[in-house]
Amino acid sequence: MANHDPAVKPIGGPPSDVEHIKIESNYLRGALEETLRNPITGGLPEDDNRLLKFHGSYMQDDRDLRLERERSKLEPAYQFMLRVVAPGGVASAAQWLVLDELAHKYGNGTLRLTTRQAFQMHGVLKWNLKQTIKTINDTLMTTLAACGDVNRNVMSSPNPYQSELHAEVNEWARRLSDHLAPRTPAYHEIWLDGEKVVDSLEGVEIEPIYGPVYLPRKFKIGLAVPPSNDVDVFSQDLGLIAVVQDGKLAGFNVAVGGGMGMTHGDVNTYPQLGRVIGFCRPEQVIDVAEKTVTIQRDYGNRSVRKNARFKYTIDRHGIEWFQRELHDRLGWQLEEARTYQFDHSGDRYGWVKGYDGKWNLTLYIQSGRIHDTEDYLLMTGLREIAKIHTGEFRLTPNQNVIIAGVTSAKKRKIAELAARYGLTDGAMHTALRRSALSCVALPTCGLAMAEAERYLPQLLDKLEPVIQEAGLSEKEIVIRMTGCPNGCARPALGEIAFIGKAPGRYNLYMGAGFSGDRLNKLYKENIDEREILETLTPIIQQYAKERLGGEHFGDFVIRSGYVKATTSGLNFHK
Amino acid sequence: MVQLHVTNSPFSESQVELLNRLVPTLTETQRIWLGGYLAALGVNAGAAVSAAEPSVPAEQAAIPAAAPAASREVTILFGSQTGNCQRLATSLSGKLKEQGFSVNLSAMNSFKPNTLKKTENLLLLVSTHGEGEPPDNARSFYEFLYSKRAPQLEGLHYSVLGLGDTSYEFFCQTGKDFDQRLEELGGARLSPRIDCDLDYDDPAAEWITQVISALNARLNAPNIAAAAVQAAEHADAPASPFSRNQPYYAEVLENLNLNGRGSDRETRHIELSLEGSGLSFEPGDSLGVYPENHPQLVEDLITAMGWDAQQTVPLNKKGDKGTLREALLRHYEITVLTKPLLEQAAKLTSAPGLQELLLPERQQALKDYIQGRDLLDLAVDFAPWEVPAAEFVTILRKLPARLYSISSSWSANPDEVHFTVRAVRYEAHGRQRYGVCSVHCAERAEPGAKLPVFIQSNPNFKLPANPDAPVIMIGPGTGVAPFRSFLEEREVQGAAGKTWLFYGDRRFVTDFLYQTDWQRMLKDGVLSRLDVAFSRDTAEKVYVQHRLLEHSRELYAWLQEGAHIYVCGDEKHMAHDVHTALLTVIEEEGGMSAEAAAAYLDTLQQEQRYQRDVY
Repeated sequence: MANHDPAVKPIGGPPSDVEHIKIESNYLRGALEETLRNPITGGLPEDDNRLLKFHGSYMQDDRDLRLERERSKLEPAYQFMLRVVAPGGVASAAQWLVLDELAHKYGNGTLRLTTRQAFQMHGVLKWNLKQTIKTINDTLMTTLAACGDVNRNVMSSPNPYQSELHAEVNEWARRLSDHLAPRTPAYHEIWLDGEKVVDSLEGVEIEPIYGPVYLPRKFKIGLAVPPSNDVDVFSQDLGLIAVVQDGKLAGFNVAVGGGMGMTHGDVNTYPQLGRVIGFCRPEQVIDVAEKTVTIQRDYGNRSVRKNARFKYTIDRHGIEWFQRELHDRLGWQLEEARTYQFDHSGDRYGWVKGYDGKWNLTLYIQSGRIHDTEDYLLMTGLREIAKIHTGEFRLTPNQNVIIAGVTSAKKRKIAELAARYGLTDGAMHTALRRSALSCVALPTCGLAMAEAERYLPQLLDKLEPVIQEAGLSEKEIVIRMTGCPNGCARPALGEIAFIGKAPGRYNLYMGAGFSGDRLNKLYKENIDEREILETLTPIIQQYAKERLGGEHFGDFVIRSGYVKATTSGLNFHK
Repeated sequence: MVQLHVTNSPFSESQVELLNRLVPTLTETQRIWLGGYLAALGVNAGAAVSAAEPSVPAEQAAIPAAAPAASREVTILFGSQTGNCQRLATSLSGKLKEQGFSVNLSAMNSFKPNTLKKTENLLLLVSTHGEGEPPDNARSFYEFLYSKRAPQLEGLHYSVLGLGDTSYEFFCQTGKDFDQRLEELGGARLSPRIDCDLDYDDPAAEWITQVISALNARLNAPNIAAAAVQAAEHADAPASPFSRNQPYYAEVLENLNLNGRGSDRETRHIELSLEGSGLSFEPGDSLGVYPENHPQLVEDLITAMGWDAQQTVPLNKKGDKGTLREALLRHYEITVLTKPLLEQAAKLTSAPGLQELLLPERQQALKDYIQGRDLLDLAVDFAPWEVPAAEFVTILRKLPARLYSISSSWSANPDEVHFTVRAVRYEAHGRQRYGVCSVHCAERAEPGAKLPVFIQSNPNFKLPANPDAPVIMIGPGTGVAPFRSFLEEREVQGAAGKTWLFYGDRRFVTDFLYQTDWQRMLKDGVLSRLDVAFSRDTAEKVYVQHRLLEHSRELYAWLQEGAHIYVCGDEKHMAHDVHTALLTVIEEEGGMSAEAAAAYLDTLQQEQRYQRDVY
C-alpha cells in the first residue's frame, strides 16, 4: 500500500510475538488441525490459541478449579469459549433454538449475550469444538472473526420503535460484517471439512483487505440510531451515527478512534471516545469502513500490543492526518457532519409497538446470562417462545433480549409464555439494576483480576436499599463492572464503574455522560465492598437531595466536585 | 549360600571355620552325596559325628552308598500370578537343597512337558484366579495335562499346594484340578493337597513340612524336615526385618484424589515413607497393606450382637488377646461371607434359617445370599446369637492384607513408596458398603497417619533387562499404576528403548489419572507414545483394546522389534479383551492363522515378553 503522506511514517519497533504467530500461521492455519486432534491435552499451545481467536474461540479454564486440579495431577480444566457473530444482534428463532441446544449438548448449559450483541457459549471441550462450529455454520451463523485482530461483530441499535429504519441500518451492519470478514479458507478447512485450498495462487490475494498479518489489534464498528446511544457509538473504533431525514436513512455521521481498553498503572494506555469527522451516504459506508481499516492496518502499532488499537494510531498522528489519509484513499471527501442528539444509552423494557404495527418485547437479562435456575426458568421460557415465534430475537448492547416482530396474533401467546416462566422486563428491579452491565470475568476469563458477573448482582443487593431510601428507584444510573481494565462492559462509560484490580478489590470511576458522550474518571483506587458502600452511600444521598431537574448522576458528581470531567482520553488519567 | 557363623548354626568356631572352607568348594554332586552320607550316618551311627570330633571323614566319603540319586531329584513347578506361589516354591526349593535334594524349580510354562514322564517327585504350587482359572504361567501346562498328549504317570509321586480365596465360588479350583488330574494319570500323592485361603502362611508351612517328610520317608531317610516349618514364614526377602508377617508402619506423606471434581470415581494417590525400614522394591512389585475395618461397621456389628466392645477376646490363633473392638477393627475379616464361615456360624445360632440355607438343594440361594453381604447382615438376619464374642471371633478369617501395584520407582524416589487405590463404595441390600482397604486409604489415612505395609515382589512383572528393548504398557484405570513406576525407573536409568502407554478410563476431564505426569514424560521423551480411550465421552464406548486395533500396524512392528508387552488392571473384562485384540493384531499384521497367532503370543509369554498383572 502506497504511503500517501510521506511525512507520516508508521511507528516502528520490532514486531510483537503475536505478529510473528500471525505471519507464520499461513492465513490462520498454524498447527491447529493437529493440535486440536491431540488427545493427551484438552488445551492448545499458546500459538494456536492465539490463532483460534480469529476463528471465534478462546481457550479458557475453570480458574476456580486450577489449584485443586494441579494437586490432582490433572491439567487445568481447559474449555473453550465460543463466540457467535450476530451483526446487530439479530438471530432468527430457529437459530436461537440451535444455539440453545448446542449450549446444552456441548457447552455448560448457558448462553451469554455479550455487550457487543454476540452470543457466547462457555465450557465447550476441545473434542466438541468442530461439531459445535459446524452446527453453528449449518444454521447460517458463523464464529469467524468473532475474536482476533480483525473487525469484530458489528453492532447496531436494536431499536424496537423505528421498524423500517432498524431493518435498513441492520442491513448495513450485516454488509459491513460480510465485507470485512477474513477470506482465508482456513476456517472452512479446519471446521467445515472444506477442501484444502492451494495457498497463494499466483495473482490471487487471499486477504485483499487484511493481508497476511491481519490488523495490529481488534477493530470495532457500531451503528447508532439517535436518540438512543445504546451501542455506545463513541466507544467504537469506527462509530456510525444514523442520520434520518423525513423518516428515511440519509446516511451516517462518521466517528473514529474510540476504544475502552487500558492497562492498570500504565498512563500510556487509556480509554478514548471517537470523534465525529464527517458524514457519508449509506452506499458509501462500506468504502469508508474498508479504507479506515486499511489505514489502521498500515499505521497501527505492531510492536506494542497494548498501544496497537486504532485510538492510539489516531492520537499519535492526529485526527487531521487521518482525515487526509482517508480522503486520499477514498478519492472523495466526507461531507460536513450533520447534527444529532443522543439522550440515553440504556434499554427501554417491556412491550412496545413498532411503526410497522408489530410488537417488540424487551426482557431484562441479568448480566446477559441465559440459564435456568431453580426459581427462574429463563432459558426454558425463551426456548418455548422461540418454538412459536415467527419474528426475530435481537440482542441489545446492554445484554438484554428483544422478542422482536411479534404479530398481534402471536402477542397474546408470547405474553402468556413470558408470564408462565416469569420472564421479566425488570420492572421489579430498580432502574439502577436495569442499567447495569458486567463482563464474564471469573471463573472462565483468563484476564480477570476480580469477579464481575458473579459479584455485581450481590453488590447491587446492597446498593439498592440506599437507592430506594433515597427515592431513586426509577432513576436510571449507568453502572458497570469489569474484572479487568480491558473494557468488555465498556466501564469507562459508566456513571458509576468498577474495574477489578484484585480479588474483592476495585477501582471506582464516576462521572461518565449518561448518553455515552463523556468518559468517567478514577475516584477511589483499590477499594473493597465496605469502602465502596461507604463511599457511594453519601454521594447517592446527596444526589437525591441536590440534583437539578433531570440532572444525571454523572453530571452531578462533576458539578459537585467529586471528579473532574474527562474531556478526552488523553486527560483520563489527569 | 548363607555363610555359617557360630550364631546361626549349632557348630563351634573351629567347626564353622572348617565348614566354611570346605562347603564353598563342593560341586553339586559332592554336596548331594555328602548330604546323603551325613543323613545315613545320623541314622546308623547316632552321635558318631560329635562336637568333639569335628573332622569331616573325607576319605570315607567314597565308601558309604548314598541314597539312590534318582529319588533325590525333585521337580517344583509353580503357577503364580502375583508371585506368592513363586516365593513359596523358591523357599521350598531352598529347604530341599539344604537337605541334599536336587531341585528342578521352574514356572509351569517354562517346564518341558515331555520330561514329565521321567519325573519321579513333583511338587506343584498353584493359585486360582477369577472363576476358577489358572494363572497365566500355568495355563499351557494345565492344558497339556488335560490334552490327549498327557502321558501316563505311574511312577510319579506328587503333592499340590493350592492358593486361593474362600470368598470365591471356585476356591482353589486350579489346585484341585491339578491334584485330581495327576491322580487320574496314575500319580501317587506324597502328601495330601492343602488349599490355602488368603492367610496362607501357616497352611503353606504345614504343607512344606509334610512334603519334605514324605520325600524323606521315601528315601528311608530321617525326618529332619521340622526345620522347614518356618520356610513359609521366611519366604520374604530377608534384607529387611519387615515382612508380610511383620509389616512396617509407614507414615503417610501425601494422600491425593487423582479424580477431578465432578467425577463419579475417587482414586487416591498415596505416598508413604519407607525411611529406615530397610524395605525396597523394584518396578512391578506390589505393596501389601493391612487395612482396618470401617469403624462404623464394627460399632454396628457389636451393637447388633449385643456384645461389649471392651471385652477381651482372642486376636488370632496364636493366643494373643485384645478388646473385641480392636479384634474386629484390625484382626478379623468382617466384610466377606464364605460358605465355610456360614457352616460354622450355623452351629452358633438357634435361628433355623441359616441351617436351611446350607442345605444342598439351596446352593443357589446360598450363593445369592453371600453375594455382597457382610457379617452385620449375617448377625441381623440370623439372630438370636447366644454365643460369647470370644467364641464367635474364632470362626472368622484373619483380616487379609490387600496388594496394590506400586506406582513409583525406588530409584526415582528413594525411601518412598507410592501406590494407587480406587475407593470402592456402593450400596447393596439397603446399606452403604465400603471397600475395606480402599476406603480406609481414602478416608482415614491423612498425612501423618501410619499404614502397616510390606513389599510383595512380583517376579512376573518386570521391566526387560535390556534398557534398549521397546516397552508397550497397557493399563486402563488403576492398572496404569505400575507403569508410572516403570517409566520413572527408565528415566533414572536413562534407558534408550521406546515406550508406549495405552490408558483409558471413563472421562477425559476428570478421570485421566496422572495426566500431568504423562504429559511431562512425553515432553521429556521418557514416554514415546501415549494413546488414550475414554469410554464415557463419546456416544460409542471406546476402550484400550480399540486403540490397540487402531494402531495394529505399528504395534506389530514394535513386537517384531522385540518389544515387551505389559498388561495391568481388571482381569475379567479388560485383560481378556486386550488379549483378544493382541491376537487379532498379530493375526492380521503378521498374516497368520489364529493358531499361529496364539502360538506367537504363547512364545512371547514364555520369553517373558508378555507379562500381566491382572486382578
